[in-house]
Amino acid sequence: MSVTTLPSRGVALRQPNWIARLFDYKPFLIVMCLAPAIGLLTVFLTYPLGLGVWLAFTDTTIGQRGIFIGLENFQYLWTDPLWWGAVFYSVFYTAIATFGKFALGFWLALLLNNHFPLKSLLRAIVLLPWIVPTVLSALAFWWIYDPQFSIISYLLVDVLHIRSTNIDFLGTPWPARFSLIAANIWRGIPFVAISLLAGLQTISPSLYEAAMLDGATAWQRFRYITLPMMMPILAIVMTFSIIFTFTDFQLVYAITRGGPVNSTHLLATLAFQRGIAGGELGEGAAIAVSMIPFLVFATLFSYFGLARRKWQQGEAND
Amino acid sequence: MRNDITRRDALALGASAAALAVTGASAQTTSPIKAADVPPPKFAIEKGASLRMLRPVRFVQADEDVFRANAAKFTKETGIEVKVDFVGWEDISQQTAVTSNSGAGPDIIIGFSDAPHIYVDKLVELNDVTDYLGKRYGGWLPLAQTYGKRSKSDKWIGLPFGATAGPLIYRKSVLKSIGYDKVPEDHAGILDLCQKLHKAGKPAGFALGNAKGDGNGFANWALWSHNASLLDEEGNIIINSKETIEALKWVKAIYPTFIAGTSSWNDVSNNRAYSSQEISLTANGVSLYFSLKNDPATKAIAEDSEHQLLPKGLAKVSPMAGLTLNAMLFKHSPYPNAAKAFLQFMMEKEQYEPWLNANSGYWSQPLAAYADAAVWSSDPKVSIFKNTMQSTYYDGYKGPISTATGAVSADYVLIQMCAAVATGAQTPEAAAAEAEQRAKRYFRRQGR
Repeated sequence: MSVTTLPSRGVALRQPNWIARLFDYKPFLIVMCLAPAIGLLTVFLTYPLGLGVWLAFTDTTIGQRGIFIGLENFQYLWTDPLWWGAVFYSVFYTAIATFGKFALGFWLALLLNNHFPLKSLLRAIVLLPWIVPTVLSALAFWWIYDPQFSIISYLLVDVLHIRSTNIDFLGTPWPARFSLIAANIWRGIPFVAISLLAGLQTISPSLYEAAMLDGATAWQRFRYITLPMMMPILAIVMTFSIIFTFTDFQLVYAITRGGPVNSTHLLATLAFQRGIAGGELGEGAAIAVSMIPFLVFATLFSYFGLARRKWQQGEAND
Repeated sequence: MRNDITRRDALALGASAAALAVTGASAQTTSPIKAADVPPPKFAIEKGASLRMLRPVRFVQADEDVFRANAAKFTKETGIEVKVDFVGWEDISQQTAVTSNSGAGPDIIIGFSDAPHIYVDKLVELNDVTDYLGKRYGGWLPLAQTYGKRSKSDKWIGLPFGATAGPLIYRKSVLKSIGYDKVPEDHAGILDLCQKLHKAGKPAGFALGNAKGDGNGFANWALWSHNASLLDEEGNIIINSKETIEALKWVKAIYPTFIAGTSSWNDVSNNRAYSSQEISLTANGVSLYFSLKNDPATKAIAEDSEHQLLPKGLAKVSPMAGLTLNAMLFKHSPYPNAAKAFLQFMMEKEQYEPWLNANSGYWSQPLAAYADAAVWSSDPKVSIFKNTMQSTYYDGYKGPISTATGAVSADYVLIQMCAAVATGAQTPEAAAAEAEQRAKRYFRRQGR
């Protein structure tokens, strides 16, 4: 800096005023630069989260200020068959939908990784289900699954004459559960496919060339090159995917509202149903808080289960 | 809460009320509404008063137009500015909660049915207005009294503006083709009718999914027509009763005759199925009939349709509750007298009768004298809605109305009890026990 090259007498004369000195003071600068970010995080993240957790320990309702009741909400949920039902379906929904999304998404990514005409355009089109607002696609699926006006029923009954009655997609528990999972998979595939495609393109072609010279089959190239190289990104994408799926709300709420008879409630929809519709804010918050352990477990599993170095480097090489 | 009325302040409104009485008398020749000659209460309008109110959005455009015109007329006659905001149905209860908790915002909110009972501590009593209106217009109908008065007292905490209900709507020609003129009043008869409709390929359909309006309407009808109810008069939960079990057994018997998929129906599903002629019997508000009638493509369906009050079963009168518009005046309002004067003004026949007529039957009157309004003779198929507020049944029957009664219907507790039995997921006994447990959870704080 030019100031330091001045003779010492000059420095004494040009002693900067207090504002300049304050801004040269490192700790102050650090605080000043961080304050906006910390402020935003506090107001929009920490406070709502903290309030949510606090509410879970009170009996607040929409019309009434609550009092601290300790674990009462959680004790009630423990005995509540509907909460257990929601836990079961949340886990089931997440497991099946994530598996489906990854199987189909990975497959799609491998296909898109090939060279073919209009490659970029097709890659863009694949993203569509993910770009469309969830509520819109949920409404579309709501019509597709409608007991009276379903396009699938129409095709099977009136056009192809394969069935004589409409399919009752949402009227009984298991078909309703799988219908929702199918909708979620449809929506989630692009995210997985595009993320994995990005990962695939980082794998050096020379690895495949070397393997081909050694006479490796397509399956062997996939199993011993692609899969291990993809493990780190798979772990990240899966973590995100599990979190998104487990906390899904819009699809289920727009299509079934948790019905028939609460068989498709996810923890998120049950929390909304109890907290906002039923007015029991405290209990709704408790249901939302009860999702945290599952999410932490899922995250840890993806991280430590899939991101192990051993996997990435092959079994034999420790 | 009594309002201090000084003689000087009373002059302003007294004069305008007198003017009103004069114009009212001259209008008497054309209006069929009989109004008794009762002196109106004199409210001391606060200096510089202005009012803000919220109400749910309209069914028909004319509703909003006439309502706004009436409010403008009030401003012209009294000089009190009134700002009316129309709010979506889904949002009105949340906005009421915020207004009530924060003690700021609109002076008057027209909410739904049970709202005044939830915010009772924050509301101004309206007895001076309601006493006068009741005496002048032939008395308040039973449903208006239930929703307007604080339970087990004569204190009016809400001012009902009107109600709408969901009676049966059916296809005359289809019923005739299987040998019925109308839907029977007894359970065995209804079951037989539905079985025959099912056989004829034009089944009945009632919402058993998470449908706030239609689903609760069906579940309540099934229970009440078997003399079962959520609460007794004291507010004890009596849903797990032998009457409920009987009702659930009947629901289980009748469910297979419905069109497939009713367990996933929401509030619009039955409208669509009826409009597309997939079903020939359901229960719905008058909106379904009007949407059929106003569309040239479905006009023929409307002509072939008929409304009927929900069958009585074992009940003495048709067990049908109406969704009620219920006005609340908040204590935080700086101008309670102006607000009362406004509410009273809006219920006077010069304003209320045109408004009632403009709604073409969507809302029906809370005061007996308005039964003579022209709207009820305009279309014979709509005239049964005239008696909506004659009903002695209400959401939370037959206990005191509270936050919890509203929560039980918002959380679909009774619908899900019926649907669980209908679909075979639970036995009647297990479903009733579960509903009892869920209801108890919502009612656990009622005593506090």
